[in-house]
This record gives sequence, structure tokens and C-alpha cells, in this order.
Amino acid sequence: MSYIKPNFRHPQQPVNDLGLTRREYEGSLSTLCAGCGHDSVSGAIIQACFELAVPPHKVAKVSGIGCSSKTPTYFLGKSHGFNSVHGRMPSVTTGANLANRDLVYIGVSGDGDTASIGLGQFAHVMRRNLNMLYIVENNGCYGLTKGQDSATADVGSAGKQGKPNPYGPIDLCTLALQVGATFVARSFSGDKEQLVPLIKAAISHQGFAFIDVISPCVTFNNTPNSTKGYEFVRDHMEATGKVDFVPVRREITADYAPGFSQEITLHDGSVIHLYKEGGVNTRDKDQAVRMIQEYKAKGQILTGLLYVEPDSPDFHEIQGTVKRPLRDLAATDLCPGSRALEAINASMR
Amino acid sequence: MLNSESPRIESVNEFVIRFANVNGTGSASANNMFAKAVFRMGVPVSPKNIFPSNIQGLPTWYEVRVSEKGYLGSRGGVDVMVAINPQSFKQDVECLEPGGYFIYDNTKPLDLRYHRDNINYIGIPLTEICRREYSDPKQRQLFKNVIYVGALSALLELDFDVLKELIGEQFKGKEKLVAPNIHALELGYQYASENFKCPIGVRLRRSDKTDNAVLMEGNDALALGCIYGGATVAAWYPITPSTSVVDSFEKYANRLRIDPGTGDKKFAIAQAEDELAAMGMVVGASWNGARAFTATSGPGVSLMSEFLGLAYFAEVPVVLVDVQRAGPSTGMPTRTQQSDLFAAAYASHGDTKHVLLFPSTPKECFEMGAESFELAELLQTPVIILTDLDLGMNDNMSEPLAWDDSKEYKRGKVLSEEDLENMTERYGRYLDVDKDGICYRTYPGTHPTKGAFFTRGTSRDEYAIYTEDGDVYVENMERLLRKFETAKQYVPAPELIPAAETTRDGILFYGTSAAATKEALDQLAADGVHINAMRIKAFPFSKAVEDFIAQHDRVFVVEQNRDGQLRKMLIIECDIDPKKLLLVRHYNGMPITARTIRKQIHALKGGATVTPIRRKTG
Repeated sequence: MSYIKPNFRHPQQPVNDLGLTRREYEGSLSTLCAGCGHDSVSGAIIQACFELAVPPHKVAKVSGIGCSSKTPTYFLGKSHGFNSVHGRMPSVTTGANLANRDLVYIGVSGDGDTASIGLGQFAHVMRRNLNMLYIVENNGCYGLTKGQDSATADVGSAGKQGKPNPYGPIDLCTLALQVGATFVARSFSGDKEQLVPLIKAAISHQGFAFIDVISPCVTFNNTPNSTKGYEFVRDHMEATGKVDFVPVRREITADYAPGFSQEITLHDGSVIHLYKEGGVNTRDKDQAVRMIQEYKAKGQILTGLLYVEPDSPDFHEIQGTVKRPLRDLAATDLCPGSRALEAINASMR
Repeated sequence: MLNSESPRIESVNEFVIRFANVNGTGSASANNMFAKAVFRMGVPVSPKNIFPSNIQGLPTWYEVRVSEKGYLGSRGGVDVMVAINPQSFKQDVECLEPGGYFIYDNTKPLDLRYHRDNINYIGIPLTEICRREYSDPKQRQLFKNVIYVGALSALLELDFDVLKELIGEQFKGKEKLVAPNIHALELGYQYASENFKCPIGVRLRRSDKTDNAVLMEGNDALALGCIYGGATVAAWYPITPSTSVVDSFEKYANRLRIDPGTGDKKFAIAQAEDELAAMGMVVGASWNGARAFTATSGPGVSLMSEFLGLAYFAEVPVVLVDVQRAGPSTGMPTRTQQSDLFAAAYASHGDTKHVLLFPSTPKECFEMGAESFELAELLQTPVIILTDLDLGMNDNMSEPLAWDDSKEYKRGKVLSEEDLENMTERYGRYLDVDKDGICYRTYPGTHPTKGAFFTRGTSRDEYAIYTEDGDVYVENMERLLRKFETAKQYVPAPELIPAAETTRDGILFYGTSAAATKEALDQLAADGVHINAMRIKAFPFSKAVEDFIAQHDRVFVVEQNRDGQLRKMLIIECDIDPKKLLLVRHYNGMPITARTIRKQIHALKGGATVTPIRRKTG
């Protein structure tokens, strides 16, 4: 890691639709190990938000505990962030979202934070279809406590300590599909070309968007015997297809080859283009589960957009809450007043 | 079958009646109707459900204290027993006061084992009447309850017209059911008046002692407090005895918080996967500027402790309602206690302290419910309302709820977009600008470039930047102490009740011990023992509490827990000599009684043996 962030920026940096440079989306310097996959994910989030021209202050970043959960400090420095407690990011985000439905919620978690201590909250936030992007930076190990196997580590995979993991993994994408996530994707921190459009699509998705990002731990789990190291993932990654994302405001100008066989229009009108050759049908949940297993049986990791349900009601729609953020309602909206109370008193006599 | 030789309790408008039923048989609404009818006759009542942690088939009791004098605490002992459940006959016979009345179903003869010479037996063939009148087994069961209320109307001179009126209200919209219910009342009334000399010694007479009062559950009142206090997010996990707080919030919100134009809800309720998540949601919502709360009981508080520590340290307002039940672990889930003080006041690891409120009546549940949001936002810290099953789940007679329409919500120190825009210096979330320990918050999404910060449970500096600098940590923790000191001037002040005569003895009590303590103080005054009393309404303890202790040679502390938790908190927090504070305690899960308090105070004073207060029998 470096200790100094250079102030110099090229004067003619590109700006987005809000007139902001990419730099306006950056955060503080990372304190993670040099080469950590998580820093690439932070970079992808920055890039995606910049390209989408999300106003930085309209994003809330929420995380749990662990290396991954430190990362919200390293992107979107103009956004409020909340580094909560271990495994509890989903509940904090749920409350935050109920209070103000108008912000973009980006939750960052790790495999320990999500697949072990936070498994319950992870499952239930999906059942509610909370409108948020939930990223797991999945390295198969506990980095901050020096490399213990996590619940996503594959059987036989070995980290720096060299002991093969004897327990079966929890596949977070399969779980997400079964529990009811309405946007499920898997990617690799080293594949920005795939990850950035996925994040953009996930942010635009109205509902719960889950991206499991294999993000190698360079210090404790980047060994030749690890199935979550750079080498293994690069060699065994199999993409469902190329993903491209067109936000609602932008005209489709790119000249897509006829091979683009799927076009998904999201709730807000933006479009995901999916180039696939015998890939998954992103509307078929059962097929997605099956394919994850088939690729795994072949020793491969299936990446890309696995499933999307563009028109599902989110938690607010299920609840039937007002369109205005609840936190903006004033006493005049909320307090029924003394006359109503008098009627209640009368009913108690 | 009134035994002419047995002594009989003679009392008008001062007695305890207990109904012994089987749960799940529909007795609750009949018993409620009885209590409400007495209340409508202008006589104060204090009904208490004594129920099992079970849905169907186990013994359950409903006790109503009737007291023209307005004593609403549990009295102890029973004068009239309506014994409908043969499973509990033995204890139902035993708990009757000498001269009491045992009303039972004599369709089958009573087992001689349940005979006592000094009580009066009133047999009513409830099963037989029902068998004769109804063919449907369900009706036989349900109407049995209404029939005994009808019989009580004759036996106790409970106004029959009031009962009819209540039936009418209960079945509003289902008028078909009114006539059969009134008929059932009449069946009971007729049998009792034809077979017994009515009224029996214990009876009712119209009075005017309920004035403007309401009869409602504390949980209901608390839910209304949350509505009026502007709560928009409720997150919870079901647990007895707190469940009805959120149920009631939902019921009232669906009535009072619907946008008239769109039908949309101006509130959100999340039934969480567990109490951890419930508290997490409250923290998230409050952090983001909504007024949010959760309600739970002891086991839930244990699970919420982690988040309470975060909220304390990261300074996020939180409102937590703890409707206390009895015991560590699962304990006695349907019994009452005041045993979560330690768990609540010092919840979570590290150095933490939380603001506690102790309501005593539904009116205070309402007021403190609303006030808790102001306090939490003012102090940017968790506020825990410690009520209990006795107050929460029983109908309690109370002054009516009142709201001042000129009241505006005070959201504490929150910087608006304009404030931030005009700010020239660097914004620091944890800068103690006003030197009261309370710093300025910003909500997410307020200003494009200013005011964003990182909320965290890790140590940080005044600008919310992570730091492991020990001095910075200490400064921050000292500021949090300052803030707790500031809290003393904002929490509800204690209520002082001076004795009629000068005394060096004081007594402290809180929450649901109030009614029994006030009654005990009257009894003690009659015994010639005068004690100045103070009801504590909040933690941190204000200076008035410390002064009160200082002004007395010894101070009794009344509690419904084993360890004298409030007493110990007073010793720790106010640095009091432990010898000065004498514990009066009761913790068997039933509400504390005046008898217990009076007896223990006499014993602690080392006085003569206590003569029981004689009841008139004839």
C-alpha cells in the first residue's frame, strides 16, 4: 500500500453527466494489503458510480466487519458510510432504506460476514427484496484474523497454513437464488470489464441485487492450492456471456453484433445487454442453479449475470409506504393530534 | 349452599375476585366484561391476567381488585373465587381469605378434599345449564363464561344494564350475537337470584371514583406514544410480553397514519428474523433520520446488546421498549419482574451506559413513549423504556392520555443543507462545539460536498476518522460521560411524596411498584410509621435523587427482582454507603403487594410483629 495520495490530476480528465470527474467518487487511501482483490472491487464501484453519474452524496455505504467491510472508506468519500457490526450490515441497511427510499444503498460484506455470522440476515434481506446492492468480496478466508478458512472455502482448498479445508462450502449465489434475490451475479475482482457493468446494472435494479465477487486474499489465500487465488480463478473462470449496461438516460449508440441475444429492461428503463453463447437464461432460476453446479463439477467458476427479475416489488412496495422518504415526514404528517386521542380515550372507558 | 355457620366477608366496593379458567376457552372476554362493568359503575378496578406460556388447556386466572379507595396494586389474597377449572381447585380453595366465597360448577359434586370450614360455597350448575340450553359444544363452552358473569351480576349487584350495554358494544356489527349473549347473562342472573340470598356479603355499589379515567393496557398506551412521538419505523421480533406493543402500533398506524390521497402508509413495520436484526434496523433507520423503535423483553435485550453498544459508541439515537418478564434465560415468560435494569443500563461490552425510563401507568407509557424519541435524538444515544408485563399486558386504570397540539418535534442537533452550506470550518461529527458532550449530526444525502462522515464502531477522532490513538479514545469516552451528565437535566424528574409527619426514613420505588408502595405507605402511616417517598422515573439519577438519599438516615428501596438492581445502581452511580439503602424486594413473578412491602419494612425497622390488617367478616 502507499501512504500518500497524489493531488495532481490531469486537467482534462473526463467528466460524467453531472460534470464530476472520477476523482469525486474516490475515497481515502486503502490500508489493505497491496494487491488485495478488494481494492479492485472498490475501483469498480467508483467506476460504475462515476459512469452512472450517481450523485455521490445520494449513496449510503454500509458494511459489517472484516477486511471487505473496511473498504467503504476507500470509495465515495462524499457519501455517508456506516461500518456496523459483524454480519449485521443487512439489518442496518434495511432500517436505513426504510427511513429514506431515495438513496442508493451499497452494502459491502465478506464471506465470513455473510456466509457465517451474517447468514441469517443475508437470507432475510433477500426475502424482503430490499432495494440495495449487496456485494460480497469473497476470498474464502478470514483475513483480519490471519487466514482461517471461511464457509465459502471449497473442500480441499488450502490457504497459507497449508491445511486442506474439510468442510463443504456455502455457495452464496445458489443460496441467493433459492431465497429470492431478484438480481444474482458472480464476478471476479480481476475482471473489471465484467464487474463494472454488473455493478451498474445492479445499482439500477429496483430490488435486491447480489454480486458475489471472488476477490483473492493475497496474504493468506493466494496459494497454488487455493480455489480462490488469482491463478486458479483466472484459469477456471467461465463467463455466462459478455455484459453491457446502458443507463436510462443514454441513447443506445453502440453497434451491437447480432450475437446479443438477450436484452433486459430494468425497472427504471435502463437496459442490460447480454452477449451469450449457450449461456444461461437470466430469467430461469432453476437453470441458473443447475449451471452453477454443472460448472463447479467441471472445476470451473461460472461468472456473469445469472438471474434477474426486473419488475419485482421491493420492500417499500410490499409495505405500501408513501413515496416520500419517511424521514422527511414532519409532525403535521405524523401526529394525529389531541382530538383523535380524545376519541381513543373514549374507547377505553 | 351458603354455609350459614361460615364467617362471611362483608365489603362494599373493596374486594378481590379471581376467575380460575382453562386457557383457550374464551373466558378472557367474559372476564374483561366483568372488570369493565365494575369500572363503568364508577368503581376503580385493577384486573390482572395470570396466564401460562401456552395457548390451550392449561390453568389461567384473571384477578380483579375492586377498590373504591383507588388502591390499584395487587392486594394479595382472594375474597371471591369463580372456580371454573377443576384442575386448579386445590389452590383456588386455599388462596381464599377466611370468610371468602367459592363459586363453582356443581354439576358434579365437589370433591370433599376441597372443603374448608371457613369459606362459603356457592354452587351453580353451569355445565348442566349449558347442556340444557345449547346443543353446539362450542356454544356450551363459550356461553358458560357469560352465564357466570350473569350470576355475578345477581350475587354482587353488578349493574345488569351495564353488562347489556357492554354486550352491545362488543358485538357491534354482529347484532345477531347480542340477544343470545344477553340471554346467557340472564340464565346466570336468574339461577343466582332464585337460589341464593343476593347480594352476598361482598358487593358493588355505584360510585364516582373513575371520573375521566381510562382502562387500558400499558403496551397499547406505549404504542400510541410512539405514534404521537412520530415514529415511522418499527422493527421487532415477537416475544411475550412485548408483542402487543408493535401489534398495537400497527393497528393504530393503519387507522391514523394513512395518506388520505393515496392510501399509502406513513410508517413501515419490519418483523425481523431475530432481535439482533430488529435492533440493527432501528439503528439504520435512526442513523438515516427516521424515528424508529423496537419492543422486546429480557431475552431480546440480551441479543440487542451488541447493537446497543454500537449505538452508544457511534452515537445513534435508539428507542427500545423492554416489557420485562421474569427471570434469566427463558425464565417465567408470562410473569412479571423488574429484573432487566442491569442488562439494560449497562448493555454491551466495554464502558457503556444507557438512559432508562420507568413508566408506572398507561398515561406515563404514552408520555414516555413519545418523549423517548425526543430524548434519544437530543442525546444521540439509546433510550430504553423499562416497563413490565404487569403494566404492559393488563388493563390499568389511568388518567386519560393527553397531547398538546402546539408541541413540535425536537430533532436534536442536526445540520441542514443550509447549515452545511454556510459552514466555513471543517465539519467534525464528534466535535463538542457546545461543550455539553452532544455533537452535531448530519443525515446521509443532505449536502453534495459537505457533512459526509463515516459512522463506525471503531475508535475515531472528532472528524470520525479511524484512530487507535489512546488519548483520543479517552477524550471521546470522557465526552460521552459528559453527555450522560447532561442527560440528567432532560430525563423526567422524580416524583416526591412527603410523609404526613417529619421523618428520617425515606423510600424509593419505580415503575409498577408504585401502586402497591403508595398503598403500603398509607398502611404504614396508620401503623404510626411515616416515610418520605420518592418515585424514580429515569436513569441517570438526577441530583434530586441524590439529595433525597442524603436527607434521610435510611432509605428503603422497593424492587421486583432478587438482587436489588436499582439499589446497587444507586450505590455505584451515586457513591452511597450500602448500609443506608435497605432492600424491600419481591420477585416471584406476581405483582408486588402492599402487604409484602408493609411487612418487610416493619421487619427491616426491627419493629414488633406485624398484625395483619383485619378484614370485616360477619
